[in-house]
Amino acid sequence: MSDMNTAMIEKYRNSFLSEVEANVEEGEWVKMCMQCGVCAGSCPLGDAWEHTPQKIFMMIRAGKRDEVLQSDSMWMCTSCYNCIVRCPRELPITHIMHGLAHYAKRLGIVPQGQPTAKFAQLFWNNLMKKGRVNELKLGISLYFMNGFGEGVKTSLKMKDIGIGMVKTKRMNPMEMLGGHAVKDLSGFQKVIKKAQELEDARLAKHGG
Amino acid sequence: MAKREYSFYPGCSSQKGASSSNYLISVQTMCEELDIQLNEIPDWNCCSASIGYAGGGELPRLALSARNIALSEEHNPGQEIVATCAACWLATRETQERLQHDQGLLAETNTALAEAGLTLKNDAPIKHMAEVLIQDIGYDAIGAKVKKPLEGIKIAGYVGCQTNRPFGIAGESYENPKYLDKLVETLGADSIPDYEKKVQCCGGALAFSEPEKSQVMIKGIIEAAYDHGADMIVTPCPVCQMNVEVYQDQINATHGTKFKMPVVYYSTLMSVAYGRSAKDAALNGQVIPAKQLEAIANK
Repeated sequence: MSDMNTAMIEKYRNSFLSEVEANVEEGEWVKMCMQCGVCAGSCPLGDAWEHTPQKIFMMIRAGKRDEVLQSDSMWMCTSCYNCIVRCPRELPITHIMHGLAHYAKRLGIVPQGQPTAKFAQLFWNNLMKKGRVNELKLGISLYFMNGFGEGVKTSLKMKDIGIGMVKTKRMNPMEMLGGHAVKDLSGFQKVIKKAQELEDARLAKHGG
Repeated sequence: MAKREYSFYPGCSSQKGASSSNYLISVQTMCEELDIQLNEIPDWNCCSASIGYAGGGELPRLALSARNIALSEEHNPGQEIVATCAACWLATRETQERLQHDQGLLAETNTALAEAGLTLKNDAPIKHMAEVLIQDIGYDAIGAKVKKPLEGIKIAGYVGCQTNRPFGIAGESYENPKYLDKLVETLGADSIPDYEKKVQCCGGALAFSEPEKSQVMIKGIIEAAYDHGADMIVTPCPVCQMNVEVYQDQINATHGTKFKMPVVYYSTLMSVAYGRSAKDAALNGQVIPAKQLEAIANK
């Protein structure tokens, strides 16, 4: 468990809701949930969630910190926005789920091997390199994210899809060498670095 | 019709050799016919779609789209920003709204942008290409350009998620948007107004990380189209297009189905209906060929 996680447990000992409000993107909305359950019934992957958004909101208020942050649930969000448009209180549920997922990652307590957590991080790393996503490298890093043996197996399974994409010129093997990039890469990276510093400084005020 | 100009955000997947490069080709063809000039935002970057949130916190993610808006305001001043990708449009518009409502975040964003000599005014309207077609051009003008009506083709209009929620197209409902069906009819094809999967999620980025779960949803989208007698599916979203088209063989192997349903973009249909070649409509970009459209294009 990370030092930051220990520090946050100390600081917010009796109020996980306050911790979420201060540290999670759009977290100040959580207390507005009235437990109607429309989000739970609207989620396309609802069956796959250990705890639906409705439950997550109540668990936050009940102080179930470990159960929420170490949950697989918010990583099941497909960003379909069904819950957002249907919520009678207009909570930005999709964003809160992303915010909780990011906070869990920041604290270093994401469940081991969570595939979307790994993929989402690979995606971010990929776009940070050149300012634009390199789909070929992203795909290959995804297939090999659980080691070489599984990577070869997945690659073979996906072979026909890859061939179809190359034939239709929707995938280019040459992207392995360099690939698309923004021209002002150093400017791009400076902007994101500064944004990260400002966010870190703001969160540090809350104890993170 | 006077020429319309927009500041264009094409997005990563539209680049040469990327997964929706065929979308961009057909959009360019469609825009030529409709007298629309797309001025690409110089040096645009990725918006991080809806899946950047593990690695990127709120401000770094907002800074991505803010850089694009700032570049557009600097190089294409006074022009509305148009995106063809649902995720690009959503991320850019979400950024604009969040920064309009939070002056603290806006100040931090501008501090970050200053590192590259950029400033965000944040007042350029941000549109999806579907809004340009429906609101700026209109069905009548779209229909007036049709040279080869897509007669006898039955098309399921699959709107998907992010073109439809949370912003959607003004005047349309989240649960049963009708613009894609109207567009299909305008081009002379038959629509399926009661296609019940038109706003069903395909899994989005989770088609990569949770393929089994996503493919169950994709199966439902294709199955419902077959149930209604569809010849093909049309969509405005690059992720929807790819997810629904390219996994059909895997779904057939897992679930014992026999799917072979072409999935095209609205711009593919329009390019063909406007009498352009199969190449201009990017029909060679179909992993599952749209043979009926090829026949019309080659006539």
